[in-house]
Amino acid sequence: MLDSLGDKVLEGPGGVAPPEVSTVHAGIIPLLDCAPLVVAAEFGFAEKYNLRLEISREQSWASIRDKVTIGHLDCAHMLGPMVIASTLGIGHVRTPLIAPMALGLNGNAITVSNNLHDRLIAAGLNGGDVLSGARALKAVIDADRAAGRPPLTFGVVFPFSAHNYELRGWLAAAGINPDFDLRLVVIPPPLMVANLDQGLIDGFCVGAPWNAVAVEAGVGEIVATKSQIWHNGPEKVLGVRATWAAAHPHTLNALIRALVEAAQWIEQPENRLAVAETLAAPHYLGINAPILAQAMAGDLPGRTPDGIISDPDFITFFRDHATFPWRSHAAWFAEQMIRWRQIDQDTDVCALAEQVYRPDFYRNAVRPLGLSLPDADWKSEGTGTSRGRFFGDAVYDPECS
Amino acid sequence: MSDSKLSIVVIDEDPVRAAILMDGLAEAGHAEVALIDDVNNLLKKIFAIDPDVILIDLENPSRDSLEQMFQVSREVRRPTAVFVDETDRAMTDAAIDAGVSAYIVDGLKKERVNQIVDLTISRFNAFSRLQSELSAAKTALSERKIIERAKGILMQTRGMSEEEAYAALRKTAMNEKKRIVDIASSLVTADRIAS
Repeated sequence: MLDSLGDKVLEGPGGVAPPEVSTVHAGIIPLLDCAPLVVAAEFGFAEKYNLRLEISREQSWASIRDKVTIGHLDCAHMLGPMVIASTLGIGHVRTPLIAPMALGLNGNAITVSNNLHDRLIAAGLNGGDVLSGARALKAVIDADRAAGRPPLTFGVVFPFSAHNYELRGWLAAAGINPDFDLRLVVIPPPLMVANLDQGLIDGFCVGAPWNAVAVEAGVGEIVATKSQIWHNGPEKVLGVRATWAAAHPHTLNALIRALVEAAQWIEQPENRLAVAETLAAPHYLGINAPILAQAMAGDLPGRTPDGIISDPDFITFFRDHATFPWRSHAAWFAEQMIRWRQIDQDTDVCALAEQVYRPDFYRNAVRPLGLSLPDADWKSEGTGTSRGRFFGDAVYDPECS
Repeated sequence: MSDSKLSIVVIDEDPVRAAILMDGLAEAGHAEVALIDDVNNLLKKIFAIDPDVILIDLENPSRDSLEQMFQVSREVRRPTAVFVDETDRAMTDAAIDAGVSAYIVDGLKKERVNQIVDLTISRFNAFSRLQSELSAAKTALSERKIIERAKGILMQTRGMSEEEAYAALRKTAMNEKKRIVDIASSLVTADRIAS
């Protein structure tokens, strides 16, 4: 086990003060990136910091948000944009939430029905070009409209989600207007595959392992992964109420340390199987361990000669600062909320990002662990080493800081 | 204030709890009550019934879909009561303190069902009033149209994609410290003069 602090827990100023409460209640949605919370609870990382982490599997993102809002849960596996929406009071009662750490990068994919996949291939989809699928989809949509057929329907997991904005951005990059050219509906992750199977939707964008589950079940094919669309793109975060964080600074520190160390441990290839077998339990994901272990390794089932799409960065738990809450990620989410008319176009994106994503809390908590930390809290996308890996060759500069 | 002509939908997959709700509503004089006990294709079913009020369990997996439906279309927005089937005093108090108005966090008794419906409708009406006042004041719709038109002009005259057009507007607004709608409006005016 990678153990940055050894077994000794420092006490006193500058070190690790004991948590204010001994038990922390955390909610999860059955998705692979809830792993840091489950592993911290099951493999002793929480205990190392004198915490008992109680995990409960929740039925919907709305339920997660509501239970955190009313204090039934202390923290949760949350969608990054949901933290922003709750803070602004969009779609529900206004409750300031913060994201003091991220729970990983990438992990989504866009999957379509077998029938639509055949049509996309005929229209030019090729695995080497991430936007070829969207361009092929544009051709299919145009053909359907000319023939008077009803628009296609795609599923996303929540209105305020990386999945929604990522799918919209991918579609828009090929000239598809996601609000007019097709229908977008919200479906919780565990119900996505059944909806595709019954023909109620033609495709979806959802987190691991549900894309692999759809392909294994023979009901769909993956056309693009998040890491291909946006390499090291943001995903879930740890969401807590701002008031809870203020009242429990030491508990939050302990929690962040336990989760970061759990993430580091999850990413070691030799631990994959243990993580997969733990998450496979019905009270967590209820999915076969081999599918989970393969997704962690970046091996996805697909209609290729060897039946495997290999994407080594399919999901990232720790490396490349995967647990760091970049303020530029929050700014990008807020920009998408403006772009797709969910929030007021005059919203101060930079101030909002500073309010909700809290790298200051993260830095403070992990400093004693001796891990490498980014120099800045903001970064641009599609530049430098990530050129050509952000919605094709798009560029994002948050223009904050 | 309950109106017995109200059309009410109960979304619940638990037959025992659904029966309590349906009995409570019937005893309170509501005749038009429909039960959806299978959430497959939920939105289509709700559209078909077109209810005045929706009652749904907090734990129901379809709540995310329901919220999206209300996000997208104001016309289909309905008063929705989210109920919790447990008597948990602490949770009740927390919900009230947090202002989560739609919650009825008290043991689910059929005598209380009608009260739930009343409370839900009155809160929904108050919220809707606030919303419509806000939107009237802001004329968000016309602003959006101006931005759409400006984007269209850029896309046609400069061959930009929708994304590039929006980015150009945003960048200009930032540089000139103006609102995007103001930049868009000048562009639309300039285009009208030029053509």
